[in-house]
Amino acid sequence: MPYVGTRSTWLLLVPHKPKPTELDGNIELFCIKEGTVRRTYVWTALLLVLALVMAACGGTSGTTETTAAPNTTAAPGTTAASGTTAAPSGEMKTLKIGFTTSITGKYNTESTRQDNGLQLWMDDVNAAGGITLSDGTVLKFEAVSYDDESNKDRVQELYTKLATDDDADFLISPYSSGLTAASAVIAEQYGKVMITTGAASDSVYTQGYTGVYQVYTPSSRYLTSSVDLLGSLDPSAKKIAFVYENSNFSTGVAEAAKAYAESNGYEVVLYEGYDPDTQDFSAFINKIEASGPDAILGGGHFQDGSAFARQLYEKKIPVKFVSLLVAPPEPSFSELGDAAVGVAGPSQWEPLVKFTEDAAMAAGADWIGLTGDEFVAEYQAAYGEEPSYHAAGGYAAGLLLQYAIQKADSTDADAIKAALDATNLMTFFGDLKFDTSPDHHGLQIGHDMVVVQWQKADGGLQKQIVWPESGATAAPLYPLGQ
Amino acid sequence: MNLDVLIASAVDGLLIGFVYGVAAMGLTLIFGVMDVINLAHGPLIAIGMFGVYEIFTYVGMNPYLALIIVAVVGLAVGVLVYFVAVHRVIDAPPLSSLLSTFSVNMMIIGVGTAILTTSAYNVDFSLPSLDTGPITVTGTRLAAALIAVGVTALLYAFLYRTRSGKYIRAVANNRQAAELMGIPSTRILALAFGIGTMLAMTAGGLIATILPINILAGGTYELKSFVIVVLGGLGNPLGALVGGLILGLIEGLVPVFMKTTWVPVLEFGLFILILLVMPQGLFGRKES
Amino acid sequence: MKRFTGLLLSVLAVIVLAVIPLISGKASTREAMFTILMAIALASSLNMLLGYTGYVSFGHIVFFGVGGYAGFYTLTVLGWNLWLSMLVGGATAALLAYLLGKSILRLRGAYFALATIGVNEAMRALVNNMDFLGGPIGMTMKFSVYNEYGGAANALWLVYWVLSGIALLVVIVSYLVKRSKFGLGLMAIREDEDAAEVMGVRAPSAKTWSYVLSAVFPGLIGMLFFFKNGNIEPGDAFRLHLSIELIVMVMLGGFGTVLGPVLGAGVYQQLRKLLLTSPVFKNIQLAVAGVLLLLIILFIPTGAVGWLRRRFPRLRRVLE
Repeated sequence: MPYVGTRSTWLLLVPHKPKPTELDGNIELFCIKEGTVRRTYVWTALLLVLALVMAACGGTSGTTETTAAPNTTAAPGTTAASGTTAAPSGEMKTLKIGFTTSITGKYNTESTRQDNGLQLWMDDVNAAGGITLSDGTVLKFEAVSYDDESNKDRVQELYTKLATDDDADFLISPYSSGLTAASAVIAEQYGKVMITTGAASDSVYTQGYTGVYQVYTPSSRYLTSSVDLLGSLDPSAKKIAFVYENSNFSTGVAEAAKAYAESNGYEVVLYEGYDPDTQDFSAFINKIEASGPDAILGGGHFQDGSAFARQLYEKKIPVKFVSLLVAPPEPSFSELGDAAVGVAGPSQWEPLVKFTEDAAMAAGADWIGLTGDEFVAEYQAAYGEEPSYHAAGGYAAGLLLQYAIQKADSTDADAIKAALDATNLMTFFGDLKFDTSPDHHGLQIGHDMVVVQWQKADGGLQKQIVWPESGATAAPLYPLGQ
Repeated sequence: MNLDVLIASAVDGLLIGFVYGVAAMGLTLIFGVMDVINLAHGPLIAIGMFGVYEIFTYVGMNPYLALIIVAVVGLAVGVLVYFVAVHRVIDAPPLSSLLSTFSVNMMIIGVGTAILTTSAYNVDFSLPSLDTGPITVTGTRLAAALIAVGVTALLYAFLYRTRSGKYIRAVANNRQAAELMGIPSTRILALAFGIGTMLAMTAGGLIATILPINILAGGTYELKSFVIVVLGGLGNPLGALVGGLILGLIEGLVPVFMKTTWVPVLEFGLFILILLVMPQGLFGRKES
Repeated sequence: MKRFTGLLLSVLAVIVLAVIPLISGKASTREAMFTILMAIALASSLNMLLGYTGYVSFGHIVFFGVGGYAGFYTLTVLGWNLWLSMLVGGATAALLAYLLGKSILRLRGAYFALATIGVNEAMRALVNNMDFLGGPIGMTMKFSVYNEYGGAANALWLVYWVLSGIALLVVIVSYLVKRSKFGLGLMAIREDEDAAEVMGVRAPSAKTWSYVLSAVFPGLIGMLFFFKNGNIEPGDAFRLHLSIELIVMVMLGGFGTVLGPVLGAGVYQQLRKLLLTSPVFKNIQLAVAGVLLLLIILFIPTGAVGWLRRRFPRLRRVLE
């Protein structure tokens, strides 16, 4: 068979046999008068430059109208005036919320749900007649969004476009900590308030930003509750294996959880990351088995987490407790069937979690928006699926913004920052409160995560809340029977 | 570390290695016959995965039967891709075919993401596991390995026992001479591309029975296929199978001794080393 | 002056693109041009290897990543300033290219292309395991670092002008190489390496230096890009997909020409952005881009500049 290494075809990049004139511009085989050449080249130069300029300008100016994603109901009749200056009383204003979603690439699923949740909030607030400020100004919202392709190449370009060309009044973060880190630079630079959702890493909030606020519980607190749960279930279980995805977010989670576990007297028998593209965990699982842990904590994202859970089950690993990131709270985790039974995981929000206005009052916090049941019903009606916590996070980001605007009674960025700094809010998503110290400004300190576990019920699978005890909907399944 | 772990890891690695091998065979066959590095390899594997998933989930057919349908469709898809994207650039410099297959990659991923999103899907199918003392071999993994061996045997029977197979080898050996002998080279090239695609999609289907899948998952196996193909010698299908086994073993055994994240470093390091030291691969180039 | 007519168009194009933000005065234009100029500089660098020497480097982005990491390390951990860090980035990339040149450039054709993919993947996996580089988490930079460069707004403009300068430099170097004896040697290697050696071209060293030359600029740009982003992660630094996109840009415009990569990169990035932000195509922009790419490969295989040169021979003096 042919062996291309010795063939010359690879070296021949020009498909036709090159003529001498092409190889060496110095050899002038064409007898054209100087004048002709000069004219031709002046014309070509002009044309090419013109084309380039048109390509450049045409592209930027021609696409600014890409607003209004399918579900937005930009109320007709509102004057689409934007800007942050105070308006005379009674005026209608449409505020633009700018963000990118990952329509393509690896974050597509989570990002789309986040976007759906945000759109739902926008529909709700607009349908309710918008926000009315004390001076009579009625505020409505519209979305401006672009595809970030799940990678960093254009995040800054798109956020700059959102902040300047599109003149977005507020920004929402992209999905994932990495993309958020890049967009935060831009938000901060233009003094825009950016609510981050789907970005759990702590590191973004140690960079010294003043206008970036986190909705999610930060990654340092993701798995600590699972450790607490294990402690309450079985004080004799002391060996933990940490197996986590080697990515920004999961490594951060694992590092914090490991430190927490060790300080609570646990023995970490295995602490190891796996490559983000890992699909086959068999080698890993053999290693886990050899280290003989009582509990396995870790995981990463949906794909690898569900693969890991399935292979743990198939290999019949005798372990008492498994808690994984991101994957278990997803409704589609139940596709794993029996392999899902008993697998626990931290969740930012669950349909079963009940936060109410009364609870808010009792806790001395403000309350805004709908209840969890209403959110689930609305989401199901709009998108035909059960909402995941990413969707809830998107909605909550919108609510938070709405709250801050109402509280500040203004659309001025500084007033809103002040309102956000002072936030003590409860929503269907849970508590929201921010760290205001300069070192961790914007870090979420109010919101707590719950731990869910898949259990068998009525012949099917059901996701139950097993921690904290006060909010539990079922007793934890422990130890796992294998 | 004990012997049980070692054996268990080796067995797991070898079993998945067979499947890697089938995927890599598809890549190496196409390369051997027409000097095209098929950059749409990964997405084609992904189509195979979803073929089995969709048939199993919506028709309810046994995934191994679905595999047959996927293989036949694979042949057709391959021939189609050949005529759309490859045929016109088959005699152009190789960069052209790299880019034309890459454009097919973009199309498949683009449409695939729009329809399927990048979510993970699961073929909810399992076979009883095999328990022999310390080692637990999952049924689906064993079945996949057996089928992979069968596919390899069929491929060789085809290449050596049938007229079309002999034509393919002749074209691979020397296309111009083959044309002079009256072999319809275009048809044979299309057929070879079809079979390469069939192998890729079959491998994808097998993976779907073992592991969760998503539309981007093929990319991982594409990279693995590159490594395997170089290990086994470019253009050598049997070498690809053995290369697959070696890669599987590395993936199985290395984590026993060091952190798993070092596996890709070793894999690609080995890959570069083999290219430098013995570019013909561990088993040399197949003499037709 | 006549000697430089071929350069004029490319330089003019880069300058025009670079000053557009100055005219509009808008930051969003600057960001859009940043993306384009970065692509132009990267594609033109790649062209010095791919187009002139004929070696298809599939993992060229490894130099971008390595430069970014080296520079980011000196900036954030050692506290050096941006300019020094940038030079460190470029030097590290050049050193890597030199070492690689001594080894993998012996391979030809498909083997070299595959090896470069291997190098990129190995490097990414390696960085993932390097704790002093932050491993999988990568490294982040405090927002206050921008204050040393006149605040974030100023810093981003500064980065932009430096990038424009680099893009201009790449184009000029690319032209000078092409017209030099060194460049002729490279092109001889491209056409037939064995024959070139017989004719007295020292192929191994010529190839290595063209590799080094094509690696320096991505190293510099890598540092600039990640400084601008404020953080660096292995996945972003060694993204194989970007490598392939660069080849596409070079092919679109016409490989082996000076103007080709400039044109190809500009048009490609503009097209992608148009598709990305277009309400009609944004859901299937990737597939549409694929179809367009295929059409170009099938029907204009030598790229825009190659096609123009062949179609209008008298343009050859201008379209270098």
